[in-house]
This record gives sequence, C-alpha cells and structure tokens, in this order.
Amino acid sequence: MTKRSNEPLLWLLFSVGGVVAALLIPVHLFLFGIAFPLGWLNAPSYDALLALARGPAGRVYLLVFCILPLFHWAHRFRYTLYDGLQIKHLNELVNTFCYGGAIVGAIVATYLVVRIP
Amino acid sequence: MDQISINAVGRKELTTYTEYPPKGYRVRISTYWWLGRWAYLKFILRELSSVLVAWFVIETLLQVNALIAGPGAYQDFQGFLRNPVVIALNIISFFFILFHAITWFNLAPKAMAIRLGGKRVPAILIALPNYAAWLLASVIVGWLVLRG
Repeated sequence: MTKRSNEPLLWLLFSVGGVVAALLIPVHLFLFGIAFPLGWLNAPSYDALLALARGPAGRVYLLVFCILPLFHWAHRFRYTLYDGLQIKHLNELVNTFCYGGAIVGAIVATYLVVRIP
Repeated sequence: MDQISINAVGRKELTTYTEYPPKGYRVRISTYWWLGRWAYLKFILRELSSVLVAWFVIETLLQVNALIAGPGAYQDFQGFLRNPVVIALNIISFFFILFHAITWFNLAPKAMAIRLGGKRVPAILIALPNYAAWLLASVIVGWLVLRG
C-alpha cells in the first residue's frame, strides 16, 4: 500500500484559512486592535460582547475565526522557512512546530469557546 | 570507494560512489536571496503576513479568555490592548493582513481564466466578487459589534 500524502488536506486548510483571514481579520483587527484602544469608536460593553460570543452562532464563528487561520499560518510559515531560509535539514522540527502549534491552538480555542459562560 | 572512470571525451574522472545517486548539479543559492529584488522581498513579506495572522488569533483567544474570566479581567485586558507597544504591533499587523487580503483576492483571476464569447473576462470582474464579499463581511461584523 502506498503512503498517502497529507499535502492536499494541509493545502485545503491553508487555503480556507487564508479566505477566512482575508475576509474577517481586517475588520476585527481594526475594531478591537486599533479603533477601540485608541478611542476612535465606542467599544461594546462586556455584556454585549458576551451576548454575541455565547450563542451557538457566536461559538461556531469564533471556532472558525481562530482555527482555520491557524492552519493557514502553519502551512505558509512552514514554506516561508523552507524557501526563505533553506533549512531543509530542519524539516521535521519545522513541521512539528508549525502544524503542532496549529493543533495546540485549535485545542485551546475549542476549550475556551466551550467554556464561554 | 573511489574509482577512476573514463567519460565519453576520454578524460579521466574521479568518481565517488555514494549510497544514493547524486541529484545533479545545483546552484548554491544565498540564504538571503529574497533581499535581492523587490518582487522577491514582496513574496517573503506576503508569506510573513501569516505570522501576524497567528498573532491576531492569539490576541482574540486572550480576549475570549478575559471574557470568560469576568468583567474585571475583561477591563484589564482592554488596558493591555491600550499599551502603545500592543497598538503599534496591531497597526503593523493590520497592514500586513491587508496585504495578505488584497494579494489573496487578486489571485482568483489568475487561477480562473474565464472566457465569455471568446474573450477572456477581465481580471477585475473576477476579483470584484471577492472584494464585495470582503465589504459585506466587514459591514456585518462592524454592525454586530458596534450596535452593542
């Protein structure tokens, strides 16, 4: 039996994560990372944000928003190191760090999202 | 084991036998090859945008964690987000991720060569739905977050 490559699955996660990151991160980052801290716009109250996050749609949204872009990072960063630094001999270490990091991040995200009161 | 072999031209060559056959001639490329040309640097910068994507996911998870911990912890986290270093990092991330988004959306016409009536549909018309989806998603998220 020939060994099947994981590459198509990893590429698919990279690609879908890239779409999610491109569509959703700019607005999130602008609001929560720039506009609210600088006082350009009024930040939502604790209760309002909790109400958004705790519903089923909010939870699924948060999982998609966090997990898919992590796999996008893992795949792209892996090849950045591969092409940019030509550290082929560290391939296994790099892969473990990238995909392992994304898997740990996905577990943490799931744990947190389940715990939203 | 070294062995002398004679090639087609009749010159003597020192051939080294290794466990695997040699992969052929390869030009050694500098580790800093991507600094040589703007297009290469742009490629590496685009690839590095993924690091800032990961950073923002972590920031979002910290925010969810603060949300779970209660209003006090949530206020503390807002203080962390007001730290000038964090704001600076977020502004840099914002530009990197815009770069990612624009290059990503502009890829669609390169991947899909659609022809209508024998003519290729202009790239902008294929990229346009991506930008429309981006605008729509941003408006919906903005509306949900800001009405609270």
